[in-house]
This record gives sequence, structure tokens and C-alpha cells, in this order.
Amino acid sequence: MRKPSLRAYRIVSLFLLGCLLFNYPVLALFNVGATAGGVPVLYVYIFVAWGFVIALAAIVIEGGS
Amino acid sequence: MLQGWVIVTASFAYIGLLFAVAWFADRRAAQGRSVISNAWVYSLSLAVYATAWTFYGSVGRAATDGVGFLPIYIGPTLTMLLGWFVLRKMVRIARLNRTTSLADFVASRYGKSALIGGLVTVIAVIGILPYISLQLKAVSTSFQILLGYPDIAMPPRAGSMEVMQDTAFYVALFMALFAIAFGTRQLDAAERHEGMVAAVAFESIVKLIAFLAVGAYVAFFMYDGLGDIFARASGRPDLDVLMAPLGGAAGSYANWVWLTVLSMFAIVFLPRQFQVAVIENTDERHLKRAAWLFPLYMLAINVFVLPIAFGGALHFPPGTVDADTFVLTLPMAQKAEGLALFVFIGGLSAATGMVIVETIALSTMVCNDLVMPLLLRIRAFRLSEQRDLSSLLLDIRRAAIISLLMGGYFYYLLAGEAYALVSIGLISFAAAAQFAPAVIGGLYWRGGTRLGALAGLLAGFSVWIYTLLLPAFAKSGWLGTEFVERGPWGVELLRPTQLFGLAGLDPITHAMIWSMIANVGAYAIGSVIRRQSAAEHVQATLFVDVYQQTGEPGSSWRGATSASALQALVGRFLGPARAVELFTAYARLRGVKGVDELEGDRDLVRFAELQLAGTIGAASARTMVATVAQEEPLGLEEVMTIIDEASQVIAYSHRLEEQQQELEAATQELKAANERLKELDRLKDDFISTVTHELRTPLTSIRAFSEILHDNPDLDPAERQRFLALVIRESERLTRLINQVLDLAKIESGLAEWRTAELDLREIVLEAVHATSAIFKARGVAVETRLAASVPLVMADRDRLTQVLLNLLSNAAKFCTPGSGRVQVRLAGDSGGVRVDVEDNGVGISRENQALIFEKFRQVGDTLTEKPAGTGLGLAICRRIVGHFGGRLWVESEPGRGSVFSFDLPAAAAGGDAGRLVANA
Repeated sequence: MRKPSLRAYRIVSLFLLGCLLFNYPVLALFNVGATAGGVPVLYVYIFVAWGFVIALAAIVIEGGS
Repeated sequence: MLQGWVIVTASFAYIGLLFAVAWFADRRAAQGRSVISNAWVYSLSLAVYATAWTFYGSVGRAATDGVGFLPIYIGPTLTMLLGWFVLRKMVRIARLNRTTSLADFVASRYGKSALIGGLVTVIAVIGILPYISLQLKAVSTSFQILLGYPDIAMPPRAGSMEVMQDTAFYVALFMALFAIAFGTRQLDAAERHEGMVAAVAFESIVKLIAFLAVGAYVAFFMYDGLGDIFARASGRPDLDVLMAPLGGAAGSYANWVWLTVLSMFAIVFLPRQFQVAVIENTDERHLKRAAWLFPLYMLAINVFVLPIAFGGALHFPPGTVDADTFVLTLPMAQKAEGLALFVFIGGLSAATGMVIVETIALSTMVCNDLVMPLLLRIRAFRLSEQRDLSSLLLDIRRAAIISLLMGGYFYYLLAGEAYALVSIGLISFAAAAQFAPAVIGGLYWRGGTRLGALAGLLAGFSVWIYTLLLPAFAKSGWLGTEFVERGPWGVELLRPTQLFGLAGLDPITHAMIWSMIANVGAYAIGSVIRRQSAAEHVQATLFVDVYQQTGEPGSSWRGATSASALQALVGRFLGPARAVELFTAYARLRGVKGVDELEGDRDLVRFAELQLAGTIGAASARTMVATVAQEEPLGLEEVMTIIDEASQVIAYSHRLEEQQQELEAATQELKAANERLKELDRLKDDFISTVTHELRTPLTSIRAFSEILHDNPDLDPAERQRFLALVIRESERLTRLINQVLDLAKIESGLAEWRTAELDLREIVLEAVHATSAIFKARGVAVETRLAASVPLVMADRDRLTQVLLNLLSNAAKFCTPGSGRVQVRLAGDSGGVRVDVEDNGVGISRENQALIFEKFRQVGDTLTEKPAGTGLGLAICRRIVGHFGGRLWVESEPGRGSVFSFDLPAAAAGGDAGRLVANA
């Protein structure tokens, strides 16, 4: 068996982070009526977290070994 | 400006553009300069995931439950993160096996089973029909709404008019034509559609720009930014609740999670996604770019969904306009005609892309995994005797595409109005998710069997029909609602939407939970209930261990056939011309002149099977090849043979290793021998130079004295006598030296003559002492012998042995001080052998010199002050003589206290003679 690379561990970690961020109970923390800059915090949170995961993915997967 | 003809013209112009893109890509592909072999194009083609359902339906769902639509796009983000592992493995397997579709992939994994392929096809077709109908609905609805401009009116219900006047019918017809034109122009052994992929990537850009345009328009032109929209909405109780909808309007968190899981599966297992992500993939590395670019696309196309939903809800009075149409109706309401047309084109783009890819993928499945296996099995058609089937294959696919779209249209007539867009799409998602256990299990679990896959698929699909499809039919009035509300035969526990009393979940979550339990459970149980067949095991290993393989996958073809038969077979499906081309290329690859010279061996059969698999799928290809080549089932014997071969290989490698070690050892020996030779060579040189030197010394003396005698005839007679004596002595020395050198050379080269006989050493010792007594007397050295009464006989050469003793005795005499010198000769023996010691009380030999004196020309003593009394060869010769008879010669000595030279010899012969003692005479 080949030994999994560091990148493989990073990718799986990122996947788990994604599962955590878009799940109960983290979501529930933002499921409140408050707004940030006029936009409901839940909406802001989801899109920011989403963008964050995508950015990390770009760095981890496309970046060097 | 939005008259009917404008819309229709714009639509056809756009479709024309798509064709141009596809034509360009196909032409480039033919030239070998593929445009789709590019990570950006690959990522964009994956965005065929965003259909008209996304384009219109997301806003509709957002308007009723806020963020509830987002899991559908977040799920794929998570899947793509793992794409580098999961998708890459599938891509690798698909490429090695020339997989043509999802059904082919699953069938291949489970022993190339036609039954599994057929079942997957049936599930895919039934599951995806609602999804296709949804696209038709979206396009026809948006067309009718746009046609109503400047009024904003919801179109009449589906089915309320004649089919011939129904827009959706024409949309279905045209889409079928597009799909046929895109996907079934020719048969290809690789089953790739470069033009289609390029067109899909292009339409992905168009729909994204269209959606972002309308989003920006609503957010920044109609309203004063995002904050403004939400601020206004917060005054409305029906909208305010959507600001924090989880646990409320969007349903429980369980719904959210299950929707995420569902879409995680859908992004891989929807037939069209499998088509673009796996089949059409040209390079595994593209997955890296897609892992973030595709999620980014999803993010971008969803950013404005909520603002549009809220904007629409604020703008239109509740209940007048369907939220599914906000994307189109908001620009219309603002009289933004150009934008409205662009939005319509965007929606059309999304729907067209989906329909083309989906129907091509499904038609391939229907043709390869459903129709062909049936036709080939039914003997009445005599299909296996027809010469050219390639056009038949294309016709089947074309018919399948038309049937699929017509099926979609009728589903639209039956059930289309009962659900919002998103709900229809999710039914299809749930059907596609049924493939997940069989595929993922098949990728990572070698033990997954055909029976397990069959059971899992059937169980999951049945639950899906019962919990989702039947209620959908009921809701559309096609089936009585009694069945859903009260349960079949009034058994409440069996109510399709609250199976076994599981209530409080939305229908999709409910169906997913039960179908996954049934599917995974049946798959696992079915897999462990019976052992895999050998053929299944081969395929399972090929899939699970795909990264460990190099080159082409193996096959179980054993029997031989002829190349021409195989070529004819391939020709029937791919067309004779193409077959000739393929086989000629293969022949060239194998290094033979033509197809005639090809041998119909295993490799060729495998090659033919792969070509066929690329066109008609693995299961059918196997059936067809079996008609011309014999397949010997992989029985126990074969498996044993394979194991034998493997162990032979291991044995060979062991032997190789051993031989290598032997070689290394031999090399070491050779090296040592070489060193030794060099050393000997050096010694020889030394010897020669020493001998020369030793010879020259006496010669010089002789010559010098002779010259003196010659030049001085009047020399004093006494002087003359003295010089002559010197000449004679030096000559004697020279003679002795030459004799000894020759002697030594003889002994060393093995040419010496030995006259071996049984000897009594006592005699020899006494003789030698007697012979040297004169020397001892002359030097005033006392000699004493102490000989044992009886010693065993030894086998030796009498003269040689005497030579040794004489040498030792004369040496002893030489190094003893005249007058006080004493030499003792001892002889002792036992049954093993005889030992002789010659002890003197002379000057002795220092320890470092003790080893040297046995070497040639080594003499101890100060050679500057003392003229050496011997040749320096005596001891060297003695040692060799003793050694020759199996004994040892050595010295023990202390400087100033004398030396003991000893040698021993083994007793003569073995057996009775060995211990025979000679009585003292």
C-alpha cells in the first residue's frame, strides 16, 4: 500500500471541516434573526463559510505538494 | 419587441450558436487539438448540474423556505473535495475498461452482468423522466410567460390544451432533435462527445451570466442593494420568518443534512453527471481544478437567489405570480425587455444542456445495457448473424432519445403541475442516489457481489417507488389519494409518506432514510450470503485495486480464434471500414504486416472486446465476443494455475537473487585472486632481482680476483694461492646458490622428484649428525643427541630429509659461539607422528625476525658488517620440503639465549602401519 500523502490528509480534513461548518449545531448558532450589514447573518455565514472552504480547497488541491 | 417570432428566432439563433461551438470542438478533436482537454472546460461542463431547475426553481424554493435550497449546492462542494480520490478512481477504471455509461460501469464491476446493467438502466430511465419533464415545463412556461409580455400572466395548466398546440410538446420535439444531432451522429469506440462537452461548457457560461445579470439588476437597480431588500422584507411577517428559517420554514436540520447527502450522491450518480465527470474526462488532473472551480460556480449562481426571491415576493402581490418565475417576471415587470429575453435564453440554455447530456447518457444506457442484450439474446432476430449493426445501434439510440423526451413530456402532462420545480428534481435525485451503495461499495469493498448489488438496487428502487413516485402520482390525481392518506388497504403503518409511522420529515428525507436503509442493508446481506464467482472476483479486484494496475485490464479469454472473425465481429458494430482501420493499427502496434498475420490470441480477443465495450458496453461485448472466441470459465484449476504462475515468478526472483549473491561472492574471490596474482607478480620481480643480486656478488668477486691474477702474472705465489682459493670458494658459493635456486624453483613449481619411502628418522638424524660432526668440531661446538628409543616410521624422501637436517645443524653450528656452543638434537615420537628439535645456545633470533627467516633470501644479522654465510634460501627450502610431507617447520627463540628449530612429520600411512614402532636396533 502506498502511504497517503500529506495532501490527502489535508483534503480529508477539509472535507470534514466542510461537514462541520454546514451542519447542526454550527448552523444553529447563526440561525437567528439578526442581520449583518442589512443581510441576515445566516445567509452571510453560509456564503462566507462556503467561499472559505472553496478557497482552502483551491490552495490545498492545486497548490504544491 | 418581445413578439413570438423574436423569441423563437433568438432561441434558434442561440441553439445555432451551440451547434457552431460543438462543430468547432469536433473538428478540433478530429485534428487532434482538443478544446475540451482543459481543466477550465472540464469544470464548466460539470456545471450541467445547474439546470433550468436551478435557474428558475431555486428562487421558487427560496421564496418558501429561505436557505432550504442551498444543501443541493453545498453537497456537491463537499463531494468535489473528495473527488480527487473517488472520482479519479472512477475515471481511471472507466478509461481502462472503455466504460460507456453508469450502467456499464456498475455492470462491469459485478462480473459484467447484463442483468445489473439492465436494472441500472431501468432505474435511471424511470428516475430521470421527472427531471426531463421538469426541463420541458420550465422552458414552455417561461416561453409562454414571455409571450404574454407586457402582461404578466401564469400560463394555463398543462394538459388543458391539445397536444398539438402545447408549447411543451414542441420543446420536447426540438430538444430530441438537438440531442440526436449532438450525440448520435457517429459511433465511436471511445464513446466520447467532444462537441457536446464544448457546447455544455459554453451554455454553462451563458446561464451563469444571465442569472448574475438578473440578480444584479434586481439587487442594484430595482432595489438599493442587498441591505435594502432584506430591510424591506423584515417588515413582512411571511418574509421575516425566512431570515432564520432553519428548524422552522426550511424544515428540521435532519432535512438539511439529508438533502446535503442526497446532492452529494447526485453530483456523481445522475447519469449526465457521470457522463461529463467520468466518461468525458480527458485527463485525471482536471479534477484538481474542478475541485474548487465547480463549487465556486455553484456559489456564484446562488448568490443572488435569495435577493431575487425576496425582491419578487416584495414586488408582486402574494399569490399572483409563481415564485418559480420571478427570475423572468421581475425584469418583465420593469419593462427590461432585453434582459428578459436574455434570461429566457439563459433558462433555455440550462434546460438544453441538461436534456442533451442526460438523453445521450440515457440513450447509451438503453441501447447498450437494455436493448442490445435483449436483441442479442433473442434468437428470432438472428442479430448475431447480421453483417453490419452500426447503423442499427445508432437507430436504437435515436429512438431512445425520442422516447425519453416523449416520456418526459407525458410525465409532465400527468404530474407536472402538482409540484414545484424543486420537488420534481429531488425525486430524480433520490432515484440516482440508489446507485451510490453499489458503486461506492464496488469501488472500495472487494467483497461486494453481484447478488448484493442486485438486491440493493432492487430494494432501494422499490422503496423509492413506494415512498416517492406513487405519492407523486397520487398528488397529481393519477392515483387515488386514499392510498397515501390512509395507507394501502387502510393499514396506516404502511402509509407511503410516513412508512412505519416515521412522521415529521419532508417526503424526500423520509424516502431517503428508508431507501438507503433498504439499499445498503440488502447490498451488504446479499454480498455476504454467497461467495463470489471467479469472474466477479476478477472484476472486483480490477476495480478496487485499479491504482495497482498498469496497462490494460486482464480478461478471462482463453480459447484462440481467428483475427478475421474478430475483425468481422467488431465491424458489425463499428462499421467494417472502422474495424479495418482499428485492426490494421493494432497489427502495426504488434509489429506484423497485416491483419492476416495477426494471431487470434488472448491479447487480440481482449483488444476486440475493449473496442466493442466502448460501443455496446461491457456486458454485450462479452456476449458478442463469446460467439467467436471461447471463454473458459475461471475455475479452480485456472486460479491454481495463476497462483502457480505467481509462485513460480517468486521462485524465479529468489533464484535470481541467489545467483546475484553468488556472482557477488565470485567477484570478491576474483578480486582476491587478482590481488594475490599482483602480489605474486611483485614477489617474482623481487625474487628475480634478489637472485640477480645474489648471483652478482660472487661473480664480481670471482671476476675481480681473476683480473688481478690475469693482470699481474708476477704476483707473489702465496698471494696468488690465496686469490685462487677465494675464486674457488666464490665459485662453490655460486654453484650452491644456483643449485638451491633451481631446487626451490623445482619444489615450487611441483616439478621436483620425490622418492618417497618409509623412513626411520633415527637413522637419518644420526647420519646427519655424523656428517656435520666435522663442522661442529671445527667450530668448537658440542653436539649431543637425545633420541627416543623407538619412533614411528614416516613417509618421506630420505635425501631431502637429510638435506633439512643438515641445513638445521649447520645453521646451529654457524650461530653458536665457538668454544662454548652447545647443540642438542632431540627426536621424539608417538603414534601420531615424529618431532625433531635442534636446539642451540647461540645468538637467538628476535621475535619480528622469526617469521622472516623462512622467506627467500632473508638472512638475519647485520649484513653490513658480516658477510652472510649462506644463500638465504636454506630455510625456505626446508620449510617446503617438510610441508610437502605434511609436516611443519618452525622456530622458538629468544635473542641471546639460543633458538630451537623444530619440525614434525606425521606417522607413515594409516591403519595398522601407523602405530608400528621400530624397535631400537
